[in-house]
Amino acid sequence: MPTVYVNDKPVEIGTEKLNCVQVAAKAGVEIPHYCYHPALSVVASCRMCLIEMGDLKDGKVTMQPKVLPGCQTPVKDGSVIVTGDYAKRDAATKALPYDAAYKPGEKTQKAQADTLEGLLLNHPLDCPVCDKAGECKLQDYSFQYGHGESRMVDTKNTPANKPEISSKITLFTDRCILCTRCVRFTREISGTSELQVVGRGHHEEIDVFPGYPLENKLSGNVVDLCPVGALGSKDFLYTQRVWYLKTTDNVCAGCSTGCSIHTDANKDIVYRLRPRPNPAAQGDFMCDEGRWGYHYTNSPDRITRPLSRENGALRPFDWAGLAKLKESFGAAKKAVAVLSPFLTVEEAYRLGTAFQSIHKDVRLVLGPVPVVGEDDLYPKDVKGRAVTPTKFIIHAEKCPNRRGVESVLQKLQGEVIAFASAVNQPMDALWFTGGYPNADAVNAAMPDNWTAAKLLVVQDLFHSKLMKAATTILPATTAFEKDGTFVNHSGLAQSFVKAIKAPVEVRSELQLGYDLAGKKGLATVAAVRKDLAKEMPQYASLEVVAPAKAGSRLELATV
Amino acid sequence: MPFEPILLARINKPNSIQLNGYRADGGYATFERALREKQPLEVVTQVKDSGLRGRGGAGFPTGLKWTFLPKDHPGPIYLCINADESEPCTYNNRILMEKDPHQVLEGIMISSYAIRSECAYFYIRYEYGDAYRNLQAAIDECYAAGLLGKNIHGSGFNLDIYIHRGAGAYICGEETGLIESIEGKRAWPRIKPPFPAIEGAFRKPTIVNNVETMACVTQILRRGNDWFKSMGVPPDPKNPRDAGSYGPKLYTIAGHVNEPKCVELPMGVTIRELVEKHGGGVWKGRKAKSVNPGGLSMGFAKCDLALKGEDGKTEYDIPLDFNGPGKIGCLGLGTAAITVIDDQTSMVDVLHNVCQFFSHESCGQCTPCREGTGWMLKITDRLRRGQGRREDLDVLVDVADRIGMMPGTTICGLADGAGWPVKTAIRKFRQEFEDVIRSGAKSVHSKSLQLVDAH
Repeated sequence: MPTVYVNDKPVEIGTEKLNCVQVAAKAGVEIPHYCYHPALSVVASCRMCLIEMGDLKDGKVTMQPKVLPGCQTPVKDGSVIVTGDYAKRDAATKALPYDAAYKPGEKTQKAQADTLEGLLLNHPLDCPVCDKAGECKLQDYSFQYGHGESRMVDTKNTPANKPEISSKITLFTDRCILCTRCVRFTREISGTSELQVVGRGHHEEIDVFPGYPLENKLSGNVVDLCPVGALGSKDFLYTQRVWYLKTTDNVCAGCSTGCSIHTDANKDIVYRLRPRPNPAAQGDFMCDEGRWGYHYTNSPDRITRPLSRENGALRPFDWAGLAKLKESFGAAKKAVAVLSPFLTVEEAYRLGTAFQSIHKDVRLVLGPVPVVGEDDLYPKDVKGRAVTPTKFIIHAEKCPNRRGVESVLQKLQGEVIAFASAVNQPMDALWFTGGYPNADAVNAAMPDNWTAAKLLVVQDLFHSKLMKAATTILPATTAFEKDGTFVNHSGLAQSFVKAIKAPVEVRSELQLGYDLAGKKGLATVAAVRKDLAKEMPQYASLEVVAPAKAGSRLELATV
Repeated sequence: MPFEPILLARINKPNSIQLNGYRADGGYATFERALREKQPLEVVTQVKDSGLRGRGGAGFPTGLKWTFLPKDHPGPIYLCINADESEPCTYNNRILMEKDPHQVLEGIMISSYAIRSECAYFYIRYEYGDAYRNLQAAIDECYAAGLLGKNIHGSGFNLDIYIHRGAGAYICGEETGLIESIEGKRAWPRIKPPFPAIEGAFRKPTIVNNVETMACVTQILRRGNDWFKSMGVPPDPKNPRDAGSYGPKLYTIAGHVNEPKCVELPMGVTIRELVEKHGGGVWKGRKAKSVNPGGLSMGFAKCDLALKGEDGKTEYDIPLDFNGPGKIGCLGLGTAAITVIDDQTSMVDVLHNVCQFFSHESCGQCTPCREGTGWMLKITDRLRRGQGRREDLDVLVDVADRIGMMPGTTICGLADGAGWPVKTAIRKFRQEFEDVIRSGAKSVHSKSLQLVDAH
């Protein structure tokens, strides 16, 4: 088995083609780096990932006399890698037979400290006012690997900031360390090539061509890619210090891609979404629509309390009236319940079974599936045509869980009834579960000549055409406010936990399903998953996965 | 017996730049004979055996480089001619291109035939307007005469030569920077491996050779290896990695001399001979203080510094072959462009000027070079304004030592070239720098070139 030694620790690499940074990660050693990113081409220019390398042959180690960039140097059987952290290695590991005069890691340590000294020469060190402070690689590595103080006494270069490079993104030019990740992203992933390096030497800057600002549907990723505080999202700028944020692993509900994300929130307000690398879902990135599309959660227009219509006017509705509502729904002749594609698998199952227990002939209908345009494939060429290989897809289907809800409907009633075919049928009672981030999808699905059912319960986030006729309005939860599972376009089931609490008067869909089914107490996803596992074997793994604690990631096999 | 120039033999002769003039001197007969009588591999072998080393700066054996091309490659294979002659005080390629373009073109044809390339790119710096026009005229003549194009002289060999004019950046002279520039990109040198011979221009095998190398190829094929090896310095038997320095070389003499010029001499002439004999001595009756042995990036020789173990000889007496400058701590022969600095000139000013050049020309890709060259410039600027500190000298040497390909911190050699003059100047002239710092003396040249802004 091919073996590579990282700080004396043997690592088996099998047949994989790896560079030193990847191999070191396998050995549990972090090689610091700026310009290297697994999804982008290798340029080996930041010179932070420097290592010493050699070969173990016939019981002897021959080291190369100079330092090498780890990101660009491939390893083979017998390769010996010594990082700047050699001194911190596991003391129990037996040292390799180095030459007696060779001091492992010494050269690298100096080279990395020198690189950092170089990077900080023209860096403004304005950490107190920088948004990146706290999650900045320049801060972290300077602390871990850098010199304590600067020997630079001359004036720093102070290029002007460029807030005009994009409507969504601002550039603090002086903070940039020229790793060119953002430039390579726009060339290789979005294909739009807005960003470029202008100037030469230490007067080099990131810039856009005049008249061609950074406006593409993936532009926000350059902010995540930026290892320092140079590129900032205008949406997040100066709203929160990052150390106040609580990060939860979540799934974006913006489209059927189902991007794995980190949700950063503080005091139950979402401030920022970031992509969570997941090769099974979307890769390393996410689209701007999803990234900045969380604002509906905090919208002042959102329905946050139950209401009922009495004599044409909306009045607060007491949750205690739910029993009566349930009774009337059960008594209706023709009852229809709509399960929205924004519900989680658990919610759809719990609500679906609850409706069936209230009314034995209830028709379960899949809620309107919003589709906007066509699937948007990246990268694009100069004329905006998608080129292969595809590296990112923004799906036209703007809901996260159509496939999950369909699978539940299939199980419960053996068929999936589309909203369009059900809405024109005569009905006496309609219970509509929504969760639509904007009312357009619901409005578009409503026929003009629709006559409202006598009993119309609408649970949604925003006012819509449907809601105008509603007899009872119930508030809904957003994807950030619940635990559950979404199944994306390819059938990947991803579970997640809630990032924030729902507004105080909101009763979650899962709890509502509990209450409608006449169960006592608080609803838990664990209990629903237990039931699900019995009824739908494809979701059996949901139950066996350890209970989700905040921040943990549950990705399940394709269903 | 005075040395008879070969490469420069036709300079300034009537009709020297025209095809008929070149033909009259026996031009293109060598190429035509090679086409008729020799297999490509034979040409490669002959050039390899001649001991020709690249004239561009690094001195890599030309024939050996050609053998790195993949065997039986279906093609295309490209030949790039590096005429981005940007090393300060270097103009030997320029003379060849302006005054005897056909000699260079013949070399290109022979080399292309040898490496089976059907397309050669001539990368010429934008500043060389006359050279460009003369070359283009010469190429047009060759097309008209059937020396270029398809099926040359019925041999089945095709060759096209395209001239690509650069935009005046030093980094385009780095071979992979040059390739990137030809491809229409920013001239950021590529990481190696893969070397251009495996994957170069347009991701195809590519050979990059210097203009003077091409002229040498012409003469080697014409006059034979014995002629070529009759000149120069044989390999040092004590150094197994030395390939020797054979053949004639164009040396350019610039700086504080009476007669700046380009001369052709056998490899291994000493600096003293070049300056005193060929350059007409140091100007204004002064003495030479320091000499750049081969372009700024090679570092400085201190003219009165005695060589150890060699009685009475100083660094002024080192031979200019591929190994000579290395013996006194310089980087190498480089472009063989010597710059003389007289004893009235402050090394602080010289160094500041050098740092200005390299910080301006650093492509800015690798952190150590981008930031290091800029920092060295700021420090030397402070030194010349009389605000230096003693520790500045240590910082300068430290930075100069740590940037470059040799310590492994950059992609290309520009940073080595930027560091070498700094460390050789400070190590050899430390007393002068310390005196300036102690006295706080300002440079007598109150105006330096402006610090370069974004460019």
